[in-house]
Amino acid sequence: MATGKEQANARHAMPAQDPQVRACNFDEVALGYDHEMAVEEALRCIQCRRPLCVTGCPVQVRIPEFIKALREGDMWQAVEFLKDNNSLPAICGRVCPQESQCEALCILGRRGEPVAIGRLERYVADWEREQGVRVPEVAPSNGIRVAVIGSGPAGLTAAGDLAKKGYQVDILEALHEPGGVLVYGIPEFRLPKAVVAAEVDYLRKLGVSILFNRVVGKLYSLTELREQYQAVFLGTGAGLPIMMSIPGENLNGVYSANELLTRVNLMKAFDFPNWDTPVRVGERVAVVGAGNVAMDSARSALRLGAKEVHIVYRRSREEVPARAEEVEHAEEEGVVFDFLTNPIAVLGNEQGGVTGIRCIRMTLGEPDDSGRRRPVPAEGSEFEMGVDTVVMALGTRPNPLVFIEADGLERARGGTVVADLETGRTTLERVWAGGDIVTGAATVISAMGAGRVAASDIDAFFQAGSPGPWKATKEDVPA
Amino acid sequence: MYCILSKKTLTPVTTEYVIEAPEIARKARAGQFVIVRVHERGERIPLTIADRDADAGTITVVAQEIGATSRRMKELEPGDSLASLTGPLGRPTEIERYGTVVLVGGGLGIAAIHPICQALRDAGNHVIAIIGARSGDLLFWEDRMRQVTDDLIVVTDDGSYGRKALVTVPLKELIEERQIDRVWGIGPAIMMKFVSLTTQPYGVSTIVSLNSIMVDGTGMCGACRVSVGGRTYFACVDGPEFDAHQVDWDLLFSRQRFYADEERRALDLYEENCKAIPEQEDAR
Ligand SMILES: Cc1cc2nc3c(=O)[nH]c(=O)nc-3n(C[C@H](O)[C@H](O)[C@H](O)COP(=O)(O)OP(=O)(O)OC[C@H]3O[C@@H](n4cnc5c(N)ncnc54)[C@H](O)[C@@H]3O)c2cc1C
Ligand code: FES
Repeated sequence: MATGKEQANARHAMPAQDPQVRACNFDEVALGYDHEMAVEEALRCIQCRRPLCVTGCPVQVRIPEFIKALREGDMWQAVEFLKDNNSLPAICGRVCPQESQCEALCILGRRGEPVAIGRLERYVADWEREQGVRVPEVAPSNGIRVAVIGSGPAGLTAAGDLAKKGYQVDILEALHEPGGVLVYGIPEFRLPKAVVAAEVDYLRKLGVSILFNRVVGKLYSLTELREQYQAVFLGTGAGLPIMMSIPGENLNGVYSANELLTRVNLMKAFDFPNWDTPVRVGERVAVVGAGNVAMDSARSALRLGAKEVHIVYRRSREEVPARAEEVEHAEEEGVVFDFLTNPIAVLGNEQGGVTGIRCIRMTLGEPDDSGRRRPVPAEGSEFEMGVDTVVMALGTRPNPLVFIEADGLERARGGTVVADLETGRTTLERVWAGGDIVTGAATVISAMGAGRVAASDIDAFFQAGSPGPWKATKEDVPA
Repeated sequence: MYCILSKKTLTPVTTEYVIEAPEIARKARAGQFVIVRVHERGERIPLTIADRDADAGTITVVAQEIGATSRRMKELEPGDSLASLTGPLGRPTEIERYGTVVLVGGGLGIAAIHPICQALRDAGNHVIAIIGARSGDLLFWEDRMRQVTDDLIVVTDDGSYGRKALVTVPLKELIEERQIDRVWGIGPAIMMKFVSLTTQPYGVSTIVSLNSIMVDGTGMCGACRVSVGGRTYFACVDGPEFDAHQVDWDLLFSRQRFYADEERRALDLYEENCKAIPEQEDAR
């Protein structure tokens, strides 16, 4: 094993499609390490005795162990370590904000670049997928029926864990495809749908049945589902777009990011008219917001033929919440960043189309509740920006449909469901919840983790024999 | 699943489908709709649930062949299945005992007012319906409408069937003649606007069902945004029924037209493909 200092400094670059080429196609941008690169990168890990990286991971993936197995060439062992705490590594390796989680704490990062943990995670997971899905042993059926509502990362994970333990799981999904944000939100160029399909395939092999086009709250209520199933897991995410409520927001050419991305990803509008759903993006596009959703919208707009795409963000570069790699990729592809800028109106013409946005410059004041400096409008700094398409990527809230006839299910301000983070239990007996519906828009890894936690508590609940009275906290599970 | 059990041509441009959908049939209420994908690459289009039979486990929808998707749907035969069917979506009509109510259905809107008439009549209202179309050959369901109403007025723009009038003419007469407690108007957006303008001076509460462009139908995308009383609503979850007198009609018209070019293109392509088939057969 090489121990030279030179290795500690730089990580192995990620092979990627050329920016000019990829800005015109929807294929995956980051191409992945080959085996040699992966082993070289794995060798940079100094195998800390008390690994900080693990503490930075929301689900404590066994990072040093999987990396060690990888560099020793024991790939199945690496897979096993990796999947011990993370059921969706091929997805998380691609979309986790590693730079603010595991990699942020990697000791190598103090003097050089941290180990590229996410890229190694992806490599190991992709290797496994190429071997063909191996279905683990499934416990004999215990006859307990569980309804999992929503097929995003939280629901998929809960369903998989429960099926392995012998539960009979039905996933009820509102849309016609499984995956939640993974299919309708995150674009193909960042997360190929084949990767998501492999996870779904795995669940099917475990015996999970997925029932599409079932909108809970409309077709059945939560109250009804509690009669048909012994346990219900709510993983319906945070799918309701927040708009700005500024004048002109309903003009033609103003999209919520959800609409733009759903048309493109779920409905394949980029391939219109081979696929029936159209999408119209003009030549000059402003995307408001700077999270992952905004980056995905901006980069999708470029790929749909926009000549100039701006990210309009009211704070500064330091506060950008998107993954570092997405910002980098967006810049390489030519997306223009307008920081400290906030739209105050969308301008239109007689036909109801967008002609521009009126913006105001911002300055940063004192820190607000989020700990970030509060943007304050600079008086007299208004200006107009000529655009024909505007995409609002300002965040999302839980969709309240699922709460129709769900008496007893307590909700917090902002529309999230109240649930114990350690168990996933809600205030309604035999109903668990996890993912964005509990936390508000967050991350794939935390939704995955919440699905796991709930599955394990559901199992504990039924293992306990005759489960006692429902209390929404952990200590109430009889030992 | 989602099997088409029967298909009936109602007019040269409208077709009725009875679809197997037991769960939806059980749950659906008047005023709700489904989202249909005709084939695997299809778009998601909303169709009003025009009738349901919970015992048989079926719903009835009526589609107008205006674009490529509805033309494609027409190609399906009994025994074929839709790629997907989601519902029941939207808020049901608020059914109460209002007294005397008038329901105006224009063109395809006739199918949409049918279940509402039925529910209102079951609730003890005196139900009057006005159904209309440009010409007699575009009218349908006159018999079915008679069964769910106390009075039925039939009009056509050109007088080729029933009375020669726009739907708003008998509506105005009724309001002037007698106490009307509530009006529904469902049909082309322009017709709904005129129904609204007709009732407004008399202060008769009027409900319209806004047919904005939709994608998911569950409140997730906002494509269906409408403005009512100065506030933005998502028609698919907050509606589709709204207070007619508060609707921003110009916004609705313009948003409905946003994809007109693409729709035209899809239709042209579809027609070309249709033409290509007989030509190939000739060649053989
Ligand atoms: C464009 C975009 C990019 C993102 N990028 C990243 C990233 O790079 N990294 C990262 O970590 N996170 C990212 N996120 C966030 C991440 O995707 C979410 O935090 C995560 O998907 C939440 O998982 P979930 O299982 O809670 O819900 P979701 O993935 O939202 O899934 C919920 C599912 O429930 C279904 N559903 C909703 N209501 C009902 C109902 N009433 N009945 C039946 N089904 C229902 C929905 O259709 C959906 O399929 C991104 C989000 C978006 C939108
Ligand atoms: S159709 Fe998407 S929100 Fe109404």
